Amino acid sequence: MASTPAVRRARRSLIFLLVIVVGLVGLITIGVSRGEATWTPKLALDLQGGTQILLAAEQTDGKAVSGEQLQQAVSIIRQRVDAAGVSESEITTQGSRNISVAIPGKADKETLQRIEASAKLDFRPVLAVDVGTTGADPDNAEADTAKADTADGSSADTKTTDSKEADTKSTDAQKTDTKTTDSKDAAKTENVDPNPLPKEAGDQAWLTPGLQQEFADFTCKSDSALDTRDAPADRPLITCDDTGVMKYILGPVELNGDVITNAVSQKATDSRGNTTGGWNVQITMNDKGAKQFGKISTRLYGAQPPFNQFAFVLDGSVLSAPTMQGQILDGRPSISGDFTQESSKALADQLKFGALPMDFTVQSQEDISSTLGANQLQAGLLAGLIGLLLVVIYSFFQYRALGTLTIASLAVAAILTYLLLTFFSWRQGYRLSLAGIAGIIVAVGFTADSFIVYFERVRDALRDGFPIEGAVENGWKRAFRTVLASDGVNLLAAVILYIVAVGNVKGFAFTLGLTTLVDVAVVALFTHPMMALLARTRFYRNGHKFSGLDPRSLGAVYRGRAQFREPVVTSKGAGKKNARSQHEAERRQTIAERKAAEASGTVASSATGKES
Amino acid sequence: MARRSFSEFGNALYTGEKSINFIGRRKTWYLISLILILVCLFGALLRGSPNLGIEFTGGSQFQVHLTEGQDRDSGAAEKVVTDVVPSSNPRVTELGASDIRVQTGSLKDDENQEVIAALAKAYNVDESEVTFSYIGPAWGQDITRQAIVALIVFIVFAAVVMALYFRTWKMSLAAMIALFHDLVITAGIYLITGFEITPAAMIGFLTILGYSLYDTVVVFDKIRENTSAGEVSDHRTFAESVNLGVNQTLVRSINTSIVALLPVASILFIGAFVLGAGTLRDISLALFIGIFAGAYSTIFVAAPIYSQLREGEPAIKEHDAKVLKLRAREAEKSDDEETVEAEATK
Repeated sequence: MASTPAVRRARRSLIFLLVIVVGLVGLITIGVSRGEATWTPKLALDLQGGTQILLAAEQTDGKAVSGEQLQQAVSIIRQRVDAAGVSESEITTQGSRNISVAIPGKADKETLQRIEASAKLDFRPVLAVDVGTTGADPDNAEADTAKADTADGSSADTKTTDSKEADTKSTDAQKTDTKTTDSKDAAKTENVDPNPLPKEAGDQAWLTPGLQQEFADFTCKSDSALDTRDAPADRPLITCDDTGVMKYILGPVELNGDVITNAVSQKATDSRGNTTGGWNVQITMNDKGAKQFGKISTRLYGAQPPFNQFAFVLDGSVLSAPTMQGQILDGRPSISGDFTQESSKALADQLKFGALPMDFTVQSQEDISSTLGANQLQAGLLAGLIGLLLVVIYSFFQYRALGTLTIASLAVAAILTYLLLTFFSWRQGYRLSLAGIAGIIVAVGFTADSFIVYFERVRDALRDGFPIEGAVENGWKRAFRTVLASDGVNLLAAVILYIVAVGNVKGFAFTLGLTTLVDVAVVALFTHPMMALLARTRFYRNGHKFSGLDPRSLGAVYRGRAQFREPVVTSKGAGKKNARSQHEAERRQTIAERKAAEASGTVASSATGKES
Repeated sequence: MARRSFSEFGNALYTGEKSINFIGRRKTWYLISLILILVCLFGALLRGSPNLGIEFTGGSQFQVHLTEGQDRDSGAAEKVVTDVVPSSNPRVTELGASDIRVQTGSLKDDENQEVIAALAKAYNVDESEVTFSYIGPAWGQDITRQAIVALIVFIVFAAVVMALYFRTWKMSLAAMIALFHDLVITAGIYLITGFEITPAAMIGFLTILGYSLYDTVVVFDKIRENTSAGEVSDHRTFAESVNLGVNQTLVRSINTSIVALLPVASILFIGAFVLGAGTLRDISLALFIGIFAGAYSTIFVAAPIYSQLREGEPAIKEHDAKVLKLRAREAEKSDDEETVEAEATK
């Protein structure tokens, strides 16, 4: 077979497609061998069963949350779900105020309650500190000291000891929710609470033997760590820091987080104002906070450790428990310690965005049984197969041997789509839902349509009298533009749906958009190159009557000077005479055409149809 | 239609040998569309409130998956739910082959759990076989608002993109009118038949937007080719060129509509008969109606309107006048010839 430019182009395209497919397979193989990826796309809850909750976050005073606060809320909820021992959960934002929580399997009542609890930040004095794991972990470098962040006024010098603030975990904490306790807890607190109750939050009288015992039994990994939330604001709280390394007994809440108006991370300076290369967190409080904090700092400054520490508690776990380094009366404490730029920024964000208490209301909740999920998956796949089969049968009926090309193209599109979905579910955490499957099935129609547009254009070119190879090239040029334009509209719809929509619609829009892109790739890199190669085979070149490209059956007409034969149109208000004369005009036209054809000799000259 | 004749039909349409006058008889099509739209509007008004799914009204929904052949006595479901929450007013429906669905008003968290337990007990299945969803009252407004935002954003973007691509806002406008036509008709059919409107139906609805324009773009592309500078013929008026474009893409339009409908029909079938109500059925139902409307409106609404919008332009008027004059002259000539011939044969 002679190697014409068209054939070379076709081979290049096919090789390029092969490279893409092999590349994707290679990437996924690497993922699988690392144990990160799977060979199937991950399934959404409606196909595997599970619980899906949609929460709307808003500030307790009813104001809307900002984007940063929503992110903060997501990490709080993620922390809560993880702490409940639920694995494989997915927590994402939806729109400007919704958080979607997806939990595989059936979520128990307690988990649900934890997830829905309000989140807030408050200050509690530290009453006792210990290592968070009983049966001390020998690998734990922190097993000797508490967190040694320090809080100081404008610019006292900063004593730092080794501290574990260097973790850059973006956010927060286990959970404390302020749901009321049930009677069991009430009974428990009776032998824990001192009698009479101390007035001061920092009073050591809180440390009753009962509480001490509880503290001794407490570990950060135990289930009791989940119940830390049950401590009401006017009682001590046993909890851990957000990494589960240290455990604390904290006094009752002395100050609410909403007094914090700002928190920023900044370069630390020494007493002469030179930067020390470290970082700290600068907090700004409102007047009420400044007054309160002034009192607290006066009491704590110079007290015996650990009573000179106070804790910032977000959602039940300690973000930071710095030691008071001075009296801070201006409401501008700064926390210094062994911070990096990242860790100080993380803490500042937690303080700033966690400062305002947030409520979560359940917008919708779905529990899907795993059998129903499996049913839906089966039904979806079945519907897809039937749809595909029908399209294949119809293409055979319409395009005969070209139908095989349609099937092959659809198969390539299916392989590409499958690989991409698998790839995205590994890299982007994409999950295939029932709506997603519907998107794919609907796209089968669009994909097949690209072939139809293409084949019809090739047939048009044949009708214009092009030889087959020329017709393929000519038809392709025109068809590809149409395919790009129409798929562009489709993609636009998918992208807008994906950005704007919530819930199920997103999954549908994603697969619709993806398959649209795959469609363009397959038509350009597979269907057309294959067609170009097929056109050189004898079966097609001679226009075998089963090839679907038989010029004779397509009634190829030579079209001179870019003209068709005149259509027979009765224009409005035309009388019989007009109609007859038109008919005549058309007949004449064909005579003229015939003459032109004779003049030019052969029929197989190239027509001068201009490309627009 | 036999295969042979279908491709011959395509040839005849392509060369203009056979031509269906879509443009010239536009008044007829407009009338049909107008009647359809009015029927939809009045029908919707007569039906009153739309049948909104639980996602829009808020409430709790329980679906019990029974084993094959188990007795589906809806009375049992009603009884247990009313026992747990007397005021719940349950609506029980049978779904697919082996499911029962119970819808109630909004229940509290613990009531939901109780109902699940009670239903599982009543039908003697494991609690994990009870699918449950709770929709808060605000959620429906949220999705509705998002859908409307998506609709508006899409229409604006698509109008601009099409105007740029076709280099004339008139094509864009004609396509949008056809789009609007499809939406009204699909929504109307939904309202009249009383199909439940769910978020999934909304997805289908929004997809129709894409499909309607998709279809129009393909046909308009051919029309543009026929009416572009290099292709304008002295033998065709503008309207006839548009008409030829529609005729030339007719075979493709028919093929495309069928090919698009086949997978949608299969989802519809599976969704309705295998799964009962649900995501698949609702998406495909809206699409099924929309694809029909989209295919119709491209040919019978978008193309005639486009032609009408352009026919008033001076340049096109001039060209059309020239074509008609030429025709008249040819007609006279042939009339003369005929008389000459007639005399010669005497």
